[in-house]
Amino acid sequence: MKSFTYQRVSTPAEAAAAVAANPGAKFLAGGTNLLDLMKLQIEVPTHLVDVNRLGLDRIEPTAEGGLRIGALVRNTDLAADARVKRDYAVLSRALLAGASGQLRNKATTAGNLLQRTRCPYFYDPAQACNKRNPGSGCAALGGFSRNLAVLGTSEHCIATHPSDMAVAMRALDAVVETVHADGATRQIPIAEFHRLPGDTPEVETALRHGEFVTAVTLPPPVGGVHLYRKVRDRASYAFATISVAAVLVPEGGKVAQARLAFGGLAHQPWRVTEAEDRLRGQGADAANAVADAVLQGARPTEQNAFKLPLTRRVLAGTLAQAMQG
Amino acid sequence: MNDDAPPGVCRRTVLAAGGAGLAALNGKAEAQSAGPNATSAETPGAATPGGTEAVVLRVNGQERSLALDPRVTLLDALREHLHLTGSKKGCDHGQCGACTVLVNGRRINACLTLAVMHDGDEVVTIEGLGQPDALHPMQAAFVKHDGFQCGYCTPGQICSSVAVLEEIKAGIPSHVTADLNAVSFSEDEVRERMSGNLCRCAAYPNIVEAIREVQERGA
Repeated sequence: MKSFTYQRVSTPAEAAAAVAANPGAKFLAGGTNLLDLMKLQIEVPTHLVDVNRLGLDRIEPTAEGGLRIGALVRNTDLAADARVKRDYAVLSRALLAGASGQLRNKATTAGNLLQRTRCPYFYDPAQACNKRNPGSGCAALGGFSRNLAVLGTSEHCIATHPSDMAVAMRALDAVVETVHADGATRQIPIAEFHRLPGDTPEVETALRHGEFVTAVTLPPPVGGVHLYRKVRDRASYAFATISVAAVLVPEGGKVAQARLAFGGLAHQPWRVTEAEDRLRGQGADAANAVADAVLQGARPTEQNAFKLPLTRRVLAGTLAQAMQG
Repeated sequence: MNDDAPPGVCRRTVLAAGGAGLAALNGKAEAQSAGPNATSAETPGAATPGGTEAVVLRVNGQERSLALDPRVTLLDALREHLHLTGSKKGCDHGQCGACTVLVNGRRINACLTLAVMHDGDEVVTIEGLGQPDALHPMQAAFVKHDGFQCGYCTPGQICSSVAVLEEIKAGIPSHVTADLNAVSFSEDEVRERMSGNLCRCAAYPNIVEAIREVQERGA
């Protein structure tokens, strides 16, 4: 690990100012992804600003009837919160499908969103990677791409965002709250938070340097059946090959309202409004038409083309389960 | 381990002595290369690069004060600085769970967290759970059920197991919990919750039996 200096701060604005003032600085929360990458010298911050003691570890109701989740709420605590289990069960389910018990105890809400969008070639400094070393090329394109992206890819990067939590938050229309060094705040809809790779795959989020995430808010609950189905190579503790976060409101054997977000398919959680429109007023037998809309524009590699039919089956299974109640 | 006891000659003390010499050389080199201009004017409150941070950990009930390079992980602080070598370094990337310890009552990967992040925290390692003449019930159950072969992952497995039973008791659900509000002990729950602890000897069935026995005795 490269040498760095370490600093604790006492307010969010102070945290933002400390990082904004130093181009080599990064925030340190749970550290489960950052320290992992620092050990490999893929991340080489010269200064770390420890934000663990800012008191942002509470989950509070909002005036609108939703929930405000502090940036430092640990994944375990968020998944086990009574209000989340009751009103946003898809979020509990997604969190519990991710990582291991030890990691969920340490990993934070903001850190989960900000973990690097990555692939095995990003982790291997001997390989070309436009994300790790912009302009060096993408070894994944002609390489082992079985678990990588099929949607929203570019010729520069086919990595996937590995978070399960973010997929559920995308289905729930979460909003990310931030603060700048000057105290100015910003609200970023989750749909605009994670970027597609384009020709700058090293830029993964809408955040500016030093912009500090203080909370994630959830709009008032929409009810319905909440499901998170994750398909992966092991039964536990593995990234998704494909996952779907589904919030479906059934009415008389049909779907009155649908929200569907997918993980494992793209550089960001993938949600297609047209797919949800196709499901409204229909039953589980609409799965194929819905999947057509989800997979529109897919550009799989030879190795991950199987994700297209698998997405159809995962969606069909999820819809069938939801309609059974 | 008694810190006051003169260390016997063994592989570990020889290696540690050699390492300490290297560390002293490195520390000197870094202090020199940092130079008089390497102040923290742009980053108020920050230490000088290559410097140390004061950290107080409460480890197995004892307060321990350390001055550490901020790069030192909690695992290295325990093993290399406090000589509590029960916690093991397997992958050093949070994938294998051999380093699992309890911090403020919760299990975490000690390899993926910096010691300086834990100033004032309560840490329990395998040495704090029990000792050879007074085993923790989970340690005794692992022995009884052969919950290991080579034993390298075992301290992490046992720390994790103790926390798993607490998590189930506290009603924290898992991926295999059918009803998020009705958490109860089962073999499926144990296997899912222990998925962050790998055992290359594949003692898994016996580990499950050991945990089941402790659960049943405590129930």
